[in-house]
Amino acid sequence: MSAKTFLLDGQPVSFVDGQTIMDAALAAGVYIPHLCHLPGYRPQGSCKLCTVDIGGRRGAACTNAAVENVDVKCETQELNADRRSLLQMLFVEGNHFCPSCEKSGNCALQAVAYRVGMRDPHFPHFYPAHDMDASHPEVLLDRNRCILCELCVRASRDVDGKNVFAISGRGMRARLIVNASSGRLADTPLAAGDRAMTVCPTGALLTKRQGFSVPIGRRTYDLKPIGTTAPARETQHG
Amino acid sequence: MADRKVRIATTSLAGCFGCHMSILDIDEALFDLLERVEFDRSPLTDIKHCGPCDLGIIEGGVCNAENVHVLKEFRRNCKVLVALGACAISGGIPAMRNNIPLRACFQEVYEYEPGTLGHHLPNDPELPLPFDKVHPINEVVHVDYFLPGCPPPAEAILRFVGDLLAGRTPAIDPHLLHYD
Repeated sequence: MSAKTFLLDGQPVSFVDGQTIMDAALAAGVYIPHLCHLPGYRPQGSCKLCTVDIGGRRGAACTNAAVENVDVKCETQELNADRRSLLQMLFVEGNHFCPSCEKSGNCALQAVAYRVGMRDPHFPHFYPAHDMDASHPEVLLDRNRCILCELCVRASRDVDGKNVFAISGRGMRARLIVNASSGRLADTPLAAGDRAMTVCPTGALLTKRQGFSVPIGRRTYDLKPIGTTAPARETQHG
Repeated sequence: MADRKVRIATTSLAGCFGCHMSILDIDEALFDLLERVEFDRSPLTDIKHCGPCDLGIIEGGVCNAENVHVLKEFRRNCKVLVALGACAISGGIPAMRNNIPLRACFQEVYEYEPGTLGHHLPNDPELPLPFDKVHPINEVVHVDYFLPGCPPPAEAILRFVGDLLAGRTPAIDPHLLHYD
């Protein structure tokens, strides 16, 4: 059986029936900017960064099934400008003070913003004042950095089997909540080793007493900008 | 342009002077730069008010009334205004006070802190009134260019200013673009 393919920015990408554009691209080693998607997890479609041009119409690469011979465009000036606007919205909606964040350099939100060349926030800042939860002995939750990707919700529910997190509230009031009658992380079975702890693309969910342990220059995206493969020169650092 | 030196003004609003230190971090390239530019109002000169300039470089966010006066003076006088560093761009670390009521901040420092004398908030009209929130400068005036970083690397500043002097749209090399 000959493999089915579609074109991604002119390059053929093979796929099997039922696979999304995103999964086929990632499996082929081609990066499409994304934040709320992780291979193996049910697509979410909330961050909108993976919006691509699919045969003349726009759609999220993570939720649209690959179709044979369709012409998909991802790295266009127009789409990257829209990604920049989406990232600006995410940055002003939260308190993303990278200079003091433990996740800086290891943060996918920041790394994608670097990739599309975001230089300024453009929009007025919200400066939200969501509650921080430091009740858990090993885990810190700063909701002001949460982008509502629901990866922790999905990981805790589907992988860890603990169902610790959920999103509550509507519209601008939507926020990450903790499934305990007290609403506190300390009263959940969450552990630092849970999958939910490693999927957060931002500094919202952090393991305590681990911050700033990697020297600047050796952090994940110092070595390898997001969506690139490491040239030999860069792999020798760490 | 060859006859006239390009005039640059710089200032620090709610900044830490770290961005200025990063400017100085271009080291001996400063000598070459000074062949081509002269500084108007700046923490590095003794000029008290900003006159007509080609380029204004602002470090720091806006946290009090005086910051606004200075920022507007720069905007009136500078053809091109650059927000330098995280504070000017997003309010930066000082904006972490935005979620604490201003009175609570001041009481903590001037009234409750052990060793404070007098136990009252400073109220001399000489002192600029603080705002309840720290703001990025583009929420007060139009900003032409942004150079992120806390602080931006010297190499990025040198390249950025070099591009502006050459009449090019300033570029930031991808490896010099960072927010931390």
